[in-house]
Amino acid sequence: MVRTLSEAESKGVLAAYGVPCVPERVTSDASAAVAAARELGLPVVAKLTGPAVAHKSERGLVRLGLTTEDAVERAATELLAAARPEDGDVGVLVAPMVHGSRELIVGAHRDRQFGACVMVGVGGVLAEAIADVAFRLVPVTTVDAEEMLDDLGGQSLLGAVRGDAPVDRSAVAEILLALSRLLAERADVASVDVNPLLVQRDGSPVAVDALVETTS
Amino acid sequence: MIPAIAPERFAALFEPRGVLVAGVSSHPAKFGFVALHNILTQGYEGAVFGTNLEGGEVLGVPMVRSVDELPTDATIDLVFVCTPASANEALLRAAAERGISAAFITSAGYGEAGDDGRRAEQHLVALAEELGVLLAGPNGQGVVSTPVGLCAQIVAPYPPPGSIAIASQSGNFVSSFQNYARAAGVGVSRAVSAGNAAAVTIADYLEYYALDPRTRVSLAYVEGISDGRAFFERARGVALEKPLVLLKGGTTEGGQRAAASHTGALAADEAVFDGMCRQANVTRAANVEEAFDAAAAFATQPLPRGPRVAVVTTAGGWGVVTADSIARSELQLVDLPDDLRAAIDERLPPRWSRNNPVDLAGGETRDTIPEVLELVAGHPDVDAVVYLGIGIQSNQAGLLCGGRFSSDESVQRIVAYHERQDRRFADAAAEVSAASGKPVLTATELAVCDPENAGPRGVRDSGRYCFPSAQRAVRALEHLWRHARHRQRRGIS
Repeated sequence: MVRTLSEAESKGVLAAYGVPCVPERVTSDASAAVAAARELGLPVVAKLTGPAVAHKSERGLVRLGLTTEDAVERAATELLAAARPEDGDVGVLVAPMVHGSRELIVGAHRDRQFGACVMVGVGGVLAEAIADVAFRLVPVTTVDAEEMLDDLGGQSLLGAVRGDAPVDRSAVAEILLALSRLLAERADVASVDVNPLLVQRDGSPVAVDALVETTS
Repeated sequence: MIPAIAPERFAALFEPRGVLVAGVSSHPAKFGFVALHNILTQGYEGAVFGTNLEGGEVLGVPMVRSVDELPTDATIDLVFVCTPASANEALLRAAAERGISAAFITSAGYGEAGDDGRRAEQHLVALAEELGVLLAGPNGQGVVSTPVGLCAQIVAPYPPPGSIAIASQSGNFVSSFQNYARAAGVGVSRAVSAGNAAAVTIADYLEYYALDPRTRVSLAYVEGISDGRAFFERARGVALEKPLVLLKGGTTEGGQRAAASHTGALAADEAVFDGMCRQANVTRAANVEEAFDAAAAFATQPLPRGPRVAVVTTAGGWGVVTADSIARSELQLVDLPDDLRAAIDERLPPRWSRNNPVDLAGGETRDTIPEVLELVAGHPDVDAVVYLGIGIQSNQAGLLCGGRFSSDESVQRIVAYHERQDRRFADAAAEVSAASGKPVLTATELAVCDPENAGPRGVRDSGRYCFPSAQRAVRALEHLWRHARHRQRRGIS
């Protein structure tokens, strides 16, 4: 039985293995969302969240760049109003805005031929079309992880780009090692998908969206 | 690495003291004739026997009707089987009784032939195991082992001796690689067509090759892999011993992934296979030529210690496109060090390129090329050399020889000089490589356009591979560097 964890649960699993994730709060109403925004610091992003909420971008359930508490309150109210019965239990996820022009994808799955694998690639909504990816089998060593990045065709994307610092390769390698450990240690984890892994202006990677699948 | 099958068991297949061909035919178009013919004519010195239902004599070999009629004092290790599948179980029993410990089965009608065939194959494998017989095939084309002159195959060619060991899931790729070996003059140690690989698999052969003192590099063709994870572990063990070049056909079966996972959807089988090869330090080639080129480079060149390449050329354009190839690879076109530039300045008129590629620009005299090759290869900032331009003068010598002034004494003198020079250059490339411990790759299209030209012939005679193009040389060199770098980064000597 495959189960897809919610975004917040998924990030919880990944954070426990040392994957840097954007700090976030799941709130149940608009005033709690405002309190969370105050705690995390403006500007923030607000998203409708829940185990059954899918297609967030397509349904307009992601509000970016909320710079005032009023804006947060309005966004949270609208998001909760937009929830449909099939979304089940929902809340508003509040997280600080992160900035960077580059998106990577990292993930892991259990290949029928080769068993547990870890991957890295050029991320974002076009990741699948670009298909610039590299895989290694678990367990992955530090050298393997570094070589995965070397394998990518988009090397220029990994250097300094448009005022952003070069990608912190060793930080990305650490994330790949974390995914390798996760799949080695937790037989119930079927797959991990982190897209985007945003590269911030200082070059450090952070998981913005994540999905973990488990089997029981 | 601990091989799954002990190397001693392979001796019966690759170094048999005597061979029995089962199912010999007197008709030259039949496999049972061709197999006997090839064993008899390519230098095998062990005793050769044959069975056929009519008895008599084929190619001077007296035939027996059944295995138990063989002379009792004969030592036979290998039975080469060309009989129909239905006869093979009884044959295997009789052969084992006779002390034969390896069987190469060419017969079809097994795993490739439906449910009945699969059952027959399972029986055969179980029987071989029970009898302690190493079972190669079935449905394979044969086995070659140049150290003992063995050409036990139902197809051509027989390659020159050398240090490339071939294992293939497709028999015709054994032929292809051996054809390349013949043309290139870079020889083969062992070769086997694994056929259905019912008992002995590609990984088993590769483990044998990895420990075989006659082999420097393995070259394998695979299609389906039944247990990817085990193959990965074993290929990694093999590549730790010596280079393994892999050509893969088709795609793996794997990859029915959970649809909900984007990662899963991205997990193209190809990319997983490619990553597996990188991780195991298996040299994966994109096509047949690239696979052979890489194997030939591993077989005849030392590994580079770094990525810095210098190009030595006698013509500008070749150097330019070669520099492009290097720029697109994981190799580096080294900036010519000042002291090296100064040293070359002393030997050439000022019109030479004074940079890398080192373009001699026609300024060379009698001894320039060997001297420049030695200087460049000997420099500590250079890890590898690509040498272009060999054979040009001998090409002209060919025209002179074929023209109506060929009897002119001065023409004959210059023809001899050109050919002598090109041989010298070939030898110099091999010598400076040996002296510096660095790869020095020679490339010219004359290797295929005019293989008897003194240039490419000289390269072959020096024991090296003359690459058919600079691009192919650069690609092969990149494979050498990747292999070396993988070891360096992991602290493997």
